[in-house]
Amino acid sequence: MAISIDEAVPGPATDDAPAERRRGGRGRMVVEVLLLTALAVAMLFPVLWMLETSIKENRDVYAVPAKFFGFDITLDHYKDVFVARGGGQSDLSGSFLNSVVVAGASTVLATVLGVPAAWAYSRFTLKAKKDQLFFILSTRFMPPVVVVIPIFLMYRELGLIDSKLGLVLIYAAFNVPFTIWMMKGFVDEVPAEYEDAAMLDGYTRLQAFWRVTLPLLVPGIAATAVFALIFSWNEFVFAIFLTSSQEVRTAPPAIAGLIGGTTVDWGLVAASAVVFALPVLVFAYLVRKHLVAGVTLGAVRR
Amino acid sequence: MGTVEAHGLRKSFGDVEALDGVDLDVPDGSFFVVLGPSGAGKTTTLRAIAGLEKLDGGSVHLDGRDATADTPAARDLAMVFQSYALYPRRTAYDNIASPLRARKASSSDIAAAVQQVSALLHIERLLQRRPAQMSGGEMQRVALARALVRRPRAFLMDEPLTNLDLKLRVEMRTELTRIHRTLGGTFLYVTNDQVEALSMADHIAVLRDGRVQQVGTPTEVYERPANQWVAGFVGSPRISLLACRAEGDRLVGAEGWSLPRPRWTTAEEGRPLLLGLRAEDVSVEERGETALAGELYGLEPLGDRTVVDVKVGSETVKVKARPTVTGTPGQRVSVTVDLDRAHIFDAGTGLALSTTGR
Repeated sequence: MAISIDEAVPGPATDDAPAERRRGGRGRMVVEVLLLTALAVAMLFPVLWMLETSIKENRDVYAVPAKFFGFDITLDHYKDVFVARGGGQSDLSGSFLNSVVVAGASTVLATVLGVPAAWAYSRFTLKAKKDQLFFILSTRFMPPVVVVIPIFLMYRELGLIDSKLGLVLIYAAFNVPFTIWMMKGFVDEVPAEYEDAAMLDGYTRLQAFWRVTLPLLVPGIAATAVFALIFSWNEFVFAIFLTSSQEVRTAPPAIAGLIGGTTVDWGLVAASAVVFALPVLVFAYLVRKHLVAGVTLGAVRR
Repeated sequence: MGTVEAHGLRKSFGDVEALDGVDLDVPDGSFFVVLGPSGAGKTTTLRAIAGLEKLDGGSVHLDGRDATADTPAARDLAMVFQSYALYPRRTAYDNIASPLRARKASSSDIAAAVQQVSALLHIERLLQRRPAQMSGGEMQRVALARALVRRPRAFLMDEPLTNLDLKLRVEMRTELTRIHRTLGGTFLYVTNDQVEALSMADHIAVLRDGRVQQVGTPTEVYERPANQWVAGFVGSPRISLLACRAEGDRLVGAEGWSLPRPRWTTAEEGRPLLLGLRAEDVSVEERGETALAGELYGLEPLGDRTVVDVKVGSETVKVKARPTVTGTPGQRVSVTVDLDRAHIFDAGTGLALSTTGR
C-alpha cells in the first residue's frame, strides 16, 4: 500500500529539497498508519469482543458500561460448549462433530471427483470443451439459496432430508465445479510432456498421472481443498433447510439456534463461535506453505 | 534391433492439417533424420510413431508388425523430448532408472544399467542432482541417458539439441554420432537444423506442410534436391534461383542472360524454368565462357569465406568466395557458372528436371 501511494502521488520538488520530501514522506506515513490502524480496529474489534465475551463471567457480559479490562476470566462457557449441564455430551459438541464429518467428507468427495476431471479437461481434446467448462462454471453463477426449495422437494422424495449424506452430497455438488476450475489451472501448469515421457517409460496413462503429475499437484490440491472445506464448514442455508434433528444438525445452524430463546447466553454463543472458527484457522495454518506454493506455482517450476 | 515404418499418416488439429499422408521407412540400425521447418509436422510425426498422438489415418509398423493401436508402453520405444521432460522432483538417477522401473527390472540390474549409460554420457557426477540443479546441457545429457538406458526398438529424438548453445550443440552432434556408432540401434531424429541433418544422418526425409518432399542420403538431398523447395531449404547460403527458359541449345534468362543448355535437361522448348545455383558452384574469381554478367551488391565476410551477392538484373546470385575477395558495390562482375552442378526446376511444379540422368 505504501508503494502504491508513493507512486500515485509524486512528491513535490524531489530533486532540490530532499529534507522536505522526507518530512512529507513521514507525514504521509503517519496518515497511512492512522488509517490502517482505524481499519484494523474496525475489522478486529468484533473478533476481540467475541474472544472477551467467551471468557467473561455472565455478570460481566451484561455490565454497563461494558468492561474491556478488569473482569474475571472463566472457561465455563467453553465447558458448556462441550459438556451438557447435567453431565455427558452437550448438543453443541454433537453438532461440531457433524460439521467435521460433513465438511470433511464433502471436501474429500469433491476433490476425488474434481481433480481427475480437471486433469481430463486440461489434457484431452473433448467435444465442446469450452462449453462444457462454461456450463460447469455456470452452476455457480446463482446464489445457492435460489435452489433451496427444489433441492428440498427432491431430497424429500429421495429420503435424503435430515441426513448427513444429503448435506455431503449437496456440498460436494457445489464444490466440484469450483475444484475443477481451480485444479484445471494447476494441471495446465504441469507440462503434459512429463506424462508423455512416463508413458514411453512403460507406464499406462493413468499410472503416468498417478506417479508423475499427481505429486506435482499436491500444493494445488491443498489450496483447493482448503477453500472447499471452508465453504462446507461455513455453509448455513442448506444446513438449516435440509436438517432438523439434533443428530444431523451441523454447527452453523446449531449456533444460530442458541440465539432466539427468551434469554440469550452470550457467553456460550461467543465460546461456540470461537470453537467454530478455530479448525479452519488451524487447517489453513498447517497448509500455509502449500497455499503460498499453490498461488505461486507457475513461478517456481520449469 | 528395429525398423519403423509409417504409412500415410494423417492428422489434423481443428482446421490445420498437420500430417497429410506421411510415409517413412526407417531401416534397422539407421540414423534417420526428419528435417523440416517449424510447423512442418515433424514433432507430430514423431509423437504419432510414439503413440502419443491419435491419428486420423494411416498406420505405424514396428519390426514389420502393425502397432497403430498399441499404447506407447507396448511399442517399446524411447524418446528424448525437446523440453527434456525430466521429472522435476526426482534425481538424475531416478529419472534415468524410470524406464527400467516401469518395466520391473531388478534394482541391481537398474544400478548396473544406469552406471553404464552415465559413463557413456559422462554424467556420473550428476546422478544425485535434481533437474533444477543442472544446466541445460546437463539436463539434455540426463534426458538422453533416460532414453539410452534401455534397448528399445528405436530411439526417437525430438529436436534434442535445439535448446543448447551453439558450442554445446556442435559438441553433442559429434557425441550423438559416436553414441549411435557405439550402441547401434535405430535412431529417428527430428530437427529443423540442416547442419544437424547433413552431419549426423545416414538417411534424411525432408518434410514440409505435412508431406514428405524427398527421402535420401545427405549427399542425395544436397546434390540432387527433388524440387525447388528442398533445394532452397537445404544448404547455406541459400541456393540462388534464376528464372529462365530453354531455347534450342541455350538457356535464356528472364533477365536477358544466355548460357549453354546442359545436356541432361529434358525441359520442353519455351517452358518456364528456374536455374538453381549453389553458392559454391559459382565463382567471381575465375574467368570462363559460361558466365553471367552482373554487378556487385554486397559482401558478407564470414571469416573462412566471404559470400558475395551479385545482382543479375533484378535477381541475386550468392557466390562463395575466398575471404580475401574485395570489391565495391555497383562494380561490374562476371559470375562463372559450373553448369554440370547447376539445378534446373520446372517453374510451375517446382520439380527438378532429370537430375537423375547426370
